[in-house]
Amino acid sequence: MVAESFSFTIDGIVVQARPGQSVLQACDEAGIYIPRLCHHPDLAPSGACRVCTCRINGRNSAACVTPAAPGMVIENDTPLLTADRRAVIEMLFVEGNHPCPYCVASGDCELQALGYRLGMVAPVQPYQWPGRPIDATHPDIALDHDRCILCARCIEASRMQDGKSVFGFAGRGIAMRLNVDAAGGLGDTQMAAIDKAASVCPVACIVIKRGSYRIPNGERRFDKAPIGSDIEARRARPTP
Amino acid sequence: MSDLHVDLERTSPGPRKIVIDPVTRVEGHGKVTIRLNEAGEVEQARFHVVEFRGFERFIQGRMYWEVPVIVQRLCGICPVSHHLCAAKAMDIVAGVDKITPTAEKMRRLMHYGQVLQSNAVNFFHLASPDLLLGFESPVAQRNIIGVIEAFPEVGKWAIMIRKFGQLVIAATGGRRIHPRLCIPGGVNQNLAVENRDALRADVDQIIQWCCEALELHKRFVSAHHTLHETFASFPSNYMSLVGPDGAMELYDGTLRAIDAAGAPIFEGVSPQAYRDYLIEEVRPWSYMKFPHIRSLGREDGWYRVGPLAQINCCAFIGTPIAEMARKDFMAQGGGGLVHATLAFHWARVISMIHCAETIKQLLFDNDLQGTDLVVTGQRRPEGVAIVEAPRGTLLHHYQVDHNDQVTMANLIVSTTNNNEAMNRSVTKVAIDDLTGHEITEGLLNHIEVAIRAYDPCLSCATHALGDMPLVVTLEDADGAVIATKVKQ
Repeated sequence: MVAESFSFTIDGIVVQARPGQSVLQACDEAGIYIPRLCHHPDLAPSGACRVCTCRINGRNSAACVTPAAPGMVIENDTPLLTADRRAVIEMLFVEGNHPCPYCVASGDCELQALGYRLGMVAPVQPYQWPGRPIDATHPDIALDHDRCILCARCIEASRMQDGKSVFGFAGRGIAMRLNVDAAGGLGDTQMAAIDKAASVCPVACIVIKRGSYRIPNGERRFDKAPIGSDIEARRARPTP
Repeated sequence: MSDLHVDLERTSPGPRKIVIDPVTRVEGHGKVTIRLNEAGEVEQARFHVVEFRGFERFIQGRMYWEVPVIVQRLCGICPVSHHLCAAKAMDIVAGVDKITPTAEKMRRLMHYGQVLQSNAVNFFHLASPDLLLGFESPVAQRNIIGVIEAFPEVGKWAIMIRKFGQLVIAATGGRRIHPRLCIPGGVNQNLAVENRDALRADVDQIIQWCCEALELHKRFVSAHHTLHETFASFPSNYMSLVGPDGAMELYDGTLRAIDAAGAPIFEGVSPQAYRDYLIEEVRPWSYMKFPHIRSLGREDGWYRVGPLAQINCCAFIGTPIAEMARKDFMAQGGGGLVHATLAFHWARVISMIHCAETIKQLLFDNDLQGTDLVVTGQRRPEGVAIVEAPRGTLLHHYQVDHNDQVTMANLIVSTTNNNEAMNRSVTKVAIDDLTGHEITEGLLNHIEVAIRAYDPCLSCATHALGDMPLVVTLEDADGAVIATKVKQ
């Protein structure tokens, strides 16, 4: 038996949703883009980055972990929320080392793409310049901790899809960092280049070795259209 | 300008030191100090590079395939040269001795576009104000805007030739500055037909303009024959890449060094063997190292690189118009080499013609539309590569550990190779032109004219950034600064 759909509004637009969907999932289906960073469509939501925070029934909530409910009134594309999201992105930029001009993920990086989409002209927060060495011990994968934004995608993918628990967090607060389950580094883990965890990183923290810069400028994922354009295209498409 | 006169009027008779800080119309930050004794004679003249960037250190630990993209950030003028040189070194690290024809021709096309546009910047934007308007012409007019006002046609050549070179870079690497084409073992794209056709439509005009620029420059030489021959000039050794048949070669080849008489010091030296033939010396007053030829020692082993060296070292140029121009150029030497420092400019224009001709040849080569782009091989721990950058021989040397991380980098940049020669040119001009004269801004510009002939890029040479103003300081015999003039 198919559960009955219901509706809510986001920025005044009526969206149809099904029971069990999050606000973000329902909006994605409806072609309404809510900026997000830690969310990945193949993984369970974690609410780690808070970029998808919307004003839902008068309260700030992360859209990826908030179940859609009938009659919700949601604000998404507002100057205030855009400023908040931009602030989160700015903090992520300065907490790591993100040299877009030569980064292997440039043009394909969700953090960079969100910076552009949200109008981040230059970071306003002071750079933290963390010293985080690369873990290059794996023959096929480089783990560049400088780029990690603690999104937890790799943790979820490794545990739930690869069944390996290669990744986890160590430390708390500003000292939190990505850790692997072997003292000798990634090369001593069960990680393989074909693992789901190797393909879900939104930045250039987990990089398949020897595959960088293969896509020319102008052909990369976000060279032609801003992040979220694929979702918004669903809404523009005429209904059959 | 007025500040300079005030400073100069304040200088008392007796020992003094002139400091030109920063040097202008070159890339990067440098200064010149000239020490005069009580009789007003030059005791010492030095060209200091006062900035430091340290790429050799901070790429340590990075993954080797990142290096061609990282190191091109050394420079906004010649990023392509660093991109290509690092890529060639990383080809070797990746175990690739020969890339595909499409990959090599794409790289060559980009390289010749780069050398063309960079040489155009030096010749037109940086040097032509001195050559066309006069070394001591009013400083307010002595710039590219003044050239455009006085010689509108030259201004057009300056803009259009540079633009064409940049469009070649953009067509091959996605953008005009800091492109991305090379990956270890090959390239990431071929040449799109629409880009090829657009460049084909303009290339003949570019060759024509380069030839007209050459004729213009030859008229300058004819009108200032003695100046051209003697200014900042001296015999020297030269070094450049040459092809297997001795042809001028900018992208690949082996090293040839010749002495002032044209006799070989070494030749056929592969990049991997450079340390057997070259050694670098550090001096405490400059961030730029002093390389010299190992067998000749630090006193006699210095040499010059760049367009003048490329032409002196090669047996011929493989494109017809440039080869005719080379023969005409070499006639100055009466059967020997050409040693005139200002001849760097003449040689630079010949290089531009050669680049434009080569670009035309490549644009009609169907290999550029090939789809075999990358070759792989067995990893190696070390790679050395050399290209002839616009300013001369550029060497990149890397060591990479078993985790693919760079452990050592050594960059011998074109400008670094010319370090001793630039210092000698500065000294010669200081002795010839400043001794016994009242020092004016115009006279001090003679020092800068000598430096500009080498087209130094101090950002590259010390791994540093910025544009390059000139500082001149006047000191007494005890080293106390009497006056300083900063030219922006």
